[in-house]
Parts: sequence; structure tokens; C-alpha cells
Amino acid sequence: MITRWAVRRMLWWLDGRLRIASVARKALAKVFPDHWTFMLGEIALYAFVSLVATGVFLTLFFEPSPAETVYTGVYGPLRGARASAAYTSTVALSWDVRAGLLMRQTHHWSALVFLSAIVAHLSRIFLTAAFRKPREPNWLIGLTMFLLGIATGFAGYSVPDDLLSGTGLRIASATLLSVPVAGPWAGFLLFGGEFPGTSIIPRLYILHVLLLPGAIAALIGAHLAILVRQKHSHFPGPGRNQDNVVGSKMWPTYAFRSLALLCAVFAVTFGLGGLVQINPVWVWGPFRPSAATSPAQPDWFLAWVEGALRLFPPVEFRVFGYLVPAPFLPGVVMPGLTFLVLYLWPWLDRRISGGRGRHQVLDRPRDSPARVAVWSWAVAFYGLLLLASSDDVVARYFEIPVFGIVRTMRAVVLVVPVLVAIVAYALAKALRADPGATLLDLRWRQVAAAFRRRRPEARAERPAASGGEEAGA
Amino acid sequence: MSGRGRPGTDRLVAAAFALTVLGAVFFAAVYVLGNRTQLLGLALFLAFAGLAAGFAVWAGRLLPQGPYVEEREAMISPPEARRVFASELDRDQEPVVRAALPRRMLMLALGTLAVAFLFPIRSLLFSGPTPWRALGRTAWRDGVRIVDAEGRPLRPSDIARGGIVTVFPEGRVKDDHAMTVLVRVDPARLALPGGRGAWTVDGVVAYSKICTHAGCPVALYVQTAEQLVCPCHQSVFDVLKGAPPVAGPAARPLPQLPIGVDAEGMLVARGDFPAPVGPGYWRTT
Repeated sequence: MITRWAVRRMLWWLDGRLRIASVARKALAKVFPDHWTFMLGEIALYAFVSLVATGVFLTLFFEPSPAETVYTGVYGPLRGARASAAYTSTVALSWDVRAGLLMRQTHHWSALVFLSAIVAHLSRIFLTAAFRKPREPNWLIGLTMFLLGIATGFAGYSVPDDLLSGTGLRIASATLLSVPVAGPWAGFLLFGGEFPGTSIIPRLYILHVLLLPGAIAALIGAHLAILVRQKHSHFPGPGRNQDNVVGSKMWPTYAFRSLALLCAVFAVTFGLGGLVQINPVWVWGPFRPSAATSPAQPDWFLAWVEGALRLFPPVEFRVFGYLVPAPFLPGVVMPGLTFLVLYLWPWLDRRISGGRGRHQVLDRPRDSPARVAVWSWAVAFYGLLLLASSDDVVARYFEIPVFGIVRTMRAVVLVVPVLVAIVAYALAKALRADPGATLLDLRWRQVAAAFRRRRPEARAERPAASGGEEAGA
Repeated sequence: MSGRGRPGTDRLVAAAFALTVLGAVFFAAVYVLGNRTQLLGLALFLAFAGLAAGFAVWAGRLLPQGPYVEEREAMISPPEARRVFASELDRDQEPVVRAALPRRMLMLALGTLAVAFLFPIRSLLFSGPTPWRALGRTAWRDGVRIVDAEGRPLRPSDIARGGIVTVFPEGRVKDDHAMTVLVRVDPARLALPGGRGAWTVDGVVAYSKICTHAGCPVALYVQTAEQLVCPCHQSVFDVLKGAPPVAGPAARPLPQLPIGVDAEGMLVARGDFPAPVGPGYWRTT
């Protein structure tokens, strides 16, 4: 009861100065849809909270300096070793600072959960066409946070100045150098000179702890403000239409549900951080220019680019006599095109599906087999590239020559995603013809029929359920 | 619905939160007794799992389930609101922009100021040569002694058959860009292109150690095949034939360093690499 009294006093104190009662009441009564897929973005949000909390702890012990120091802590194999302050302070905060390793590993795991949740959230938005008008602004903001998240992750695992991260920085430097015209200057400005130089660690650090997370935090604010302003979209269903949103109220049910999710995310990140080792930099050793770790894989959110670098054939060409080096197409053009298509998707989709109106009722994935096909292609393509980034590990484990794997994978990444897309298209089309069915209900006959039928009857019902209101200016 | 009359559920929620109490105490105890990362993580897992379960059951069983319906407005202003706004913005009676000159000069002013602020970006490269100058050459010169990573000068006999040694120019053992490998092979089997046979000493041949694909150190030597392999992306270079790429994503050979011996019998460079080392960049050479 004391809490209740204190909260009331606080609220009345504020209301007597800001007149917030009616705004606050509206906020408490905000309705959230009940479908579980609406909570994927929240997982990313809470992983970000976990990242900031553990990250602040780490900043108090990490020293972003290339200055040579001697490690004198409890980790025996490195005692007396000379390495950069960045490296020795990372080892010290893992071994000598109590609960330091827990915080560091939880931080790293949270980053993986953060980016995984973003991809899952992105998939839900994509498959249900939630990116359509009026939600293009949040699609663009979300993608930007995804990119910033990848950059923050890369900067974060690069600052400890260990051998693995040094190898990653080397490849990043070469990829930057490969950009026509501007590449050499871009690389030299970022690194403060030739690789590795002495400036990159402090620069990555300030990017990692201030600029990039600050930008992400600001965009989270914008993302949520737009969400509140526009209210949630919702799946089609009885009583759900363009002019309402159906679900649970913010207070109390949704708030408690969301708190449960926050705590579940923390349970997972701290559980993983305590129990599952990640990036043991004391095993990799400090960065030395003449050495590289093998096998060396980046975190998954960049491994698809690494996979492309490995698989892409040795193609270099000249433009006006100038060299365009091998990493440019797989390392710059491929990721660039990927994000370009993602950024343009709301407008590309409009061309394909023809819907220009405002949409508050979502598509079910099956409503657009083409979209399902595109998504399935992407999952297969980027998933296979991700797999290809571990070709040396696969080769070692199965004792098969790595070059055979490379040759096979070159064909596989081109062919398999197309097959996957065709199958997904057929399944989605068959499901569309039978709105009540799930994947497990499907019979072969229905899938085959999906290819024959040009316009299933189910499509005729769609405009009534999810058609947009007439477009405004 | 309310929590009253549901003692079973109440007890379940309380039990979940009790787990949090245990987890928190466990965490503090482990912290005080020593630095056991696994136990600390397990303690926090239990604490947060307890909270999560408690909140989830509370939300699912003790709180109103709806469904509630909230009306929504179309995300577009009525035409009249737009008209009023536009008129306020344009100040129809007394326009903000009366003449083109001040507006154009303002654009020019902001533009030049923005360009002026691009110049300090150059400060990011505060020392050392500019990119094309730095990338195109290394510290190797005619007569510079070849030393290993510890700075010791080397004789040809120090390079064992089948082994490789990473070397640097004397006095520059941290110079990444000049990093070179010495490999000893059977001189009779060397088939170097374009009269480069004279660039070797008794079958010791020197190549840049920086992969021409993405710049990793070409740190693996397959003695049986006499190939150098980059561990990052598995580019393979044929040592006997002047290190052309024979597999993997690299497209250019490792540049070969001309070497010889000085009067004291120590290995020295006979000049710089004939081509830029390392990953490619925008260049005509």
C-alpha cells in the first residue's frame, strides 16, 4: 500500500504541474494486439537494455589504448606477456575483475540476441506486409537500426585487440580499400594511416560506446513514438478492421506480459553469459601483424559477407585502367544491394502487389505467395553464405578438401535458394486456397493444384478483409 | 476478474518470485565467496526466470484478458486542417520569402559552410604518407638486411628446407606492410617467370606475406605441394612458379622480393617489391 500511496503522490505532484492525467490515462488504455509475433521487436529492445547495462560495467574496466603493457593478473599463460592495454585490460576484466567475465560474455550474447531478434522482427514485418503505408517510416528507421547494430557489433568485438579481431579488422580494411576511387582515402581516414596503425582501437571504441549506440537509442525513441502515434497494425479476424485495434490494454495486462518478456530476455542473456563461453580472447592471444587465427569466423551478423568473400570467384577487373579488386563485388556491392533492396522494399512491393492505400490490417503470409518466395529465397541464400563462412571448419570436421566445398557451395548458393523459393511459393499458394489450413494439413494434391489454378477463390475475399482505405495525397 | 479467490495461482506467482529471492541471495553469496562465472550466471538466470514466470502467470491468469477494442483515426489530416496549416506556413498575406536574392545567398552560405566543415575530416589522417604513396611501396630497399621477427639478421643457411620464416627489413620488425616470407625449395625445380631466378639465393625465395585478396598474413605452408595458403579465405599460391594464385578468391600473385647476400654473407633485399603488396585498391599499376 505504501507503494501505491507514493505513486499517487508522485502522479498528483506531476499532474499539478504538467496536467498529465488524461494523457496518462490514454497511455494506460493503449491496446496492443495479442499475437506473439508482435513481441519479437520487444525482444530486441530488451536485449538492447541488457547491452547497455552490461556495457556500462565493461567501460569502467576496459582501456581502449594500443599502448604496450605487461599483463600481471591471475591468468597464468599470459602473465608477463606484453600486449596492448586494450588486450590486457580485456583479459584482466575477464579474469581478475569479479563478475567481469559474466558481464563481458552476457554483453556479447546480448548482441547476438539483439541482432537475431531484429532479423526475426524484420521477417514478421516483411511477411505480413506491415511495412506498407502508413508504416514506411518505421520500416526505414528499423532497417537503419539493423545496420547500426551490425556496425556496433563489429566495432565491439574488434576493440579487444586480440588476434581474431585483428584478422577481422584486416579484412574490413581490405574491403574498404577495394571501393573504387574513394576506398584508399576512406581506409586511411578510418585507420588514421596504413593498417593497423595506432588510432583504430580508440576510434572504434568511441563509435562503439557513444556514437553508434547513441544513434540507436535515438532511433528506438523515434520508432516507438511513431508506433504509439500510428497504433499497432493487427491480423485480420472477426471485429478487426481498418478503424480499430483489438487486443490487450497496456495497463495492466500488457505491462505485466512485457515485464515477463524483459525478465525472460535477461534470464537468457545472463544464463548464456554465465554458462556458455563466447570469444575467449585469452585463447586467441594478442594481435600480431604476422599471424592469423585459423579457423577464423566473424559473428553471425557479418558471417554472410565473409561467406561471400570466400565463395566469390577470383575476379578482378579494370575500369579506365584502374584496378577494381576482388573483395569489392562480394564485400561491398552484395551487402550494399541487399540493404538497398530492403530500404526500397515498401515501394517495390507496391509495384508488385499494387496496394497504395493505408493498411491497418495485416496480410497473412499466404496472402502473398510472391512475398513468401522472396523471403524464403533470402533466408536460404544468406543462410548458405553464413554456412560458407565456416567452410574451413566443415572441411576439417568432415575431413574433406576445402576447395571441393567451395566449388560445390558456389553452385549451391545460386541454385538451392531458387528451389526453396519455388517450394515456398507453391506451399503459400496452396495455403491461400484453404485459409483455415496450416502447413501440416496440406496434401500433395493441393500443392500441385496451386500451380494449376491461376486465381484461387480465396483471393476474391481479400480486399474486404485487408484492402486499404482510399489513398490520401 | 481479480486475484481474489484464486489461491492456487497466487501461490504459484509467489513461488516464482521466491525463486528470484533465492537466485539473488545465491548470486550475492557466490560473489562474496569467489569469482565463479558459471554459478553467477546460473544465479542470475534463476532470478530473472523467476521474475519472468511470476509476471507471465500474473498477466495470464490474474489480469483482465480482453479483448479490448480501441478506435483509431486515419493517419492523415482532414483537408481543412491541411489547408489551415499550409496557409499558416506560407503566411499568405506577408510571405516569408519576398525576393530570390536573400534566399539564394542563404543557400550559398550554408553550402559553403558545409563544405568548409568537410576539410577537418582530413585531420583523421594526421601523420604518415597519403594513401597512394603509402600503399604503392614498402620499406625494402637495395641492401637492406633481412631480419626475423626478433630482429636477428639471417644467413641463407638459416632457412631450413620445407620451413618458412617471416622476415622484415632491419629495424622495422613491426612494419606490417613490409612483412615477407622466405621459403627454401629445390633450386632446380624453381620455374620463376621472366628471369626472376636471379632474385633468389640457393633456392631461398621471398614473397610478400600479405594476401593479395583481403590482406591476411599468408601464414600456412604446405610443404608437400610447395604452396602458401592464406588461412582466412583459403587462397593458395604456387611457390615454385612465382606465387600465382592457384585456388581460392585471390586474383593476383604474391609480389616477389628480389634478394641476395651482402659481403658478410647475410641476406639482404635487392630492391623493393616490383608491384604493390597486399589487397588491391584503385590504381593503374
